[in-house]
Amino acid sequence: MSHDRDHAHNAHAPIEEHQAMTAYEKRACAIESLLLEKGIITADELRQQLEEIDAITPALGAKVVARAWVDPAFKIRLLADAKEAIAELGIATDALTTLVAVENTPHIHNVVVCTLCSCYPTTLLGLPPDWYKSLNYRSRVVVAPREVLREFGTELPSDIEVRVYDSTADMRYLVIPERPTGAEHTREEELAELVTRDSMIGVAKARLPVKS
Amino acid sequence: MEPKFKPGDVVRIREDYPARHFRTPGYVQGKTGTIAAVHNAFRNPESLAYGGDGLPRQYLYLVYLTQTHLWEHYTAAQDKLYIDIYEHWLERA
Repeated sequence: MSHDRDHAHNAHAPIEEHQAMTAYEKRACAIESLLLEKGIITADELRQQLEEIDAITPALGAKVVARAWVDPAFKIRLLADAKEAIAELGIATDALTTLVAVENTPHIHNVVVCTLCSCYPTTLLGLPPDWYKSLNYRSRVVVAPREVLREFGTELPSDIEVRVYDSTADMRYLVIPERPTGAEHTREEELAELVTRDSMIGVAKARLPVKS
Repeated sequence: MEPKFKPGDVVRIREDYPARHFRTPGYVQGKTGTIAAVHNAFRNPESLAYGGDGLPRQYLYLVYLTQTHLWEHYTAAQDKLYIDIYEHWLERA
């Protein structure tokens, strides 16, 4: 690539990484090399898989929640068997272990964590945010959920029941946030825009509709 | 194979720290909870982690515990922790 000498490149830090690899990174690299060398996967398959995972955004989860808000029968099916219900919407569920949807109500607030690692419903939300994987969130949300939610700007009434879901095994949890007041007549596509990633993890509520 | 526990059963989560992979966090070990749901039977991750076949499958349960039981200084009596625990980690309380 030709270098444009007239353009100042000194404004930011060098892009190359100089940090030493951790033991886990080295192990992952070694496993990757072996899989490629032995022809078990190809470099293109690996790249394609990463591209597919990176392409998933929480919009998929938002679509599921918006449908549950407008279609009570769908919500019942979603709460009974989430994997089967989301397949109805044309979402590929092959890679999904098992999905459980839990519903926030005026009396119950659910929030999800994986204290052991970073289990997350990637199929619907994409890759988890960094804080979800942080030791801070993972260790504190089980001990002091109300305090942690307050730090996220989510104040819960003292009489609501807080349920922390620690997804330690094969299940992935999706929170169905409460449908915001003022959104009773909003169309499904517009409702989906109110459903954020954080509201489906349970650290925030859904957005309020913009008053027209 | 039928699940050993059903929703509503009161269970104790075993205390054990084997020197290998397991998926029952220390903070619930030795604690008592109630079965909320029987999920399904899954291959045992304690065997899968070492390239094993994970058989026999273990039933996985959703267990809930009150937060005041888990944490000494917790005040909201209605708050709960829901956690997935494999059958071989549970015993009747």
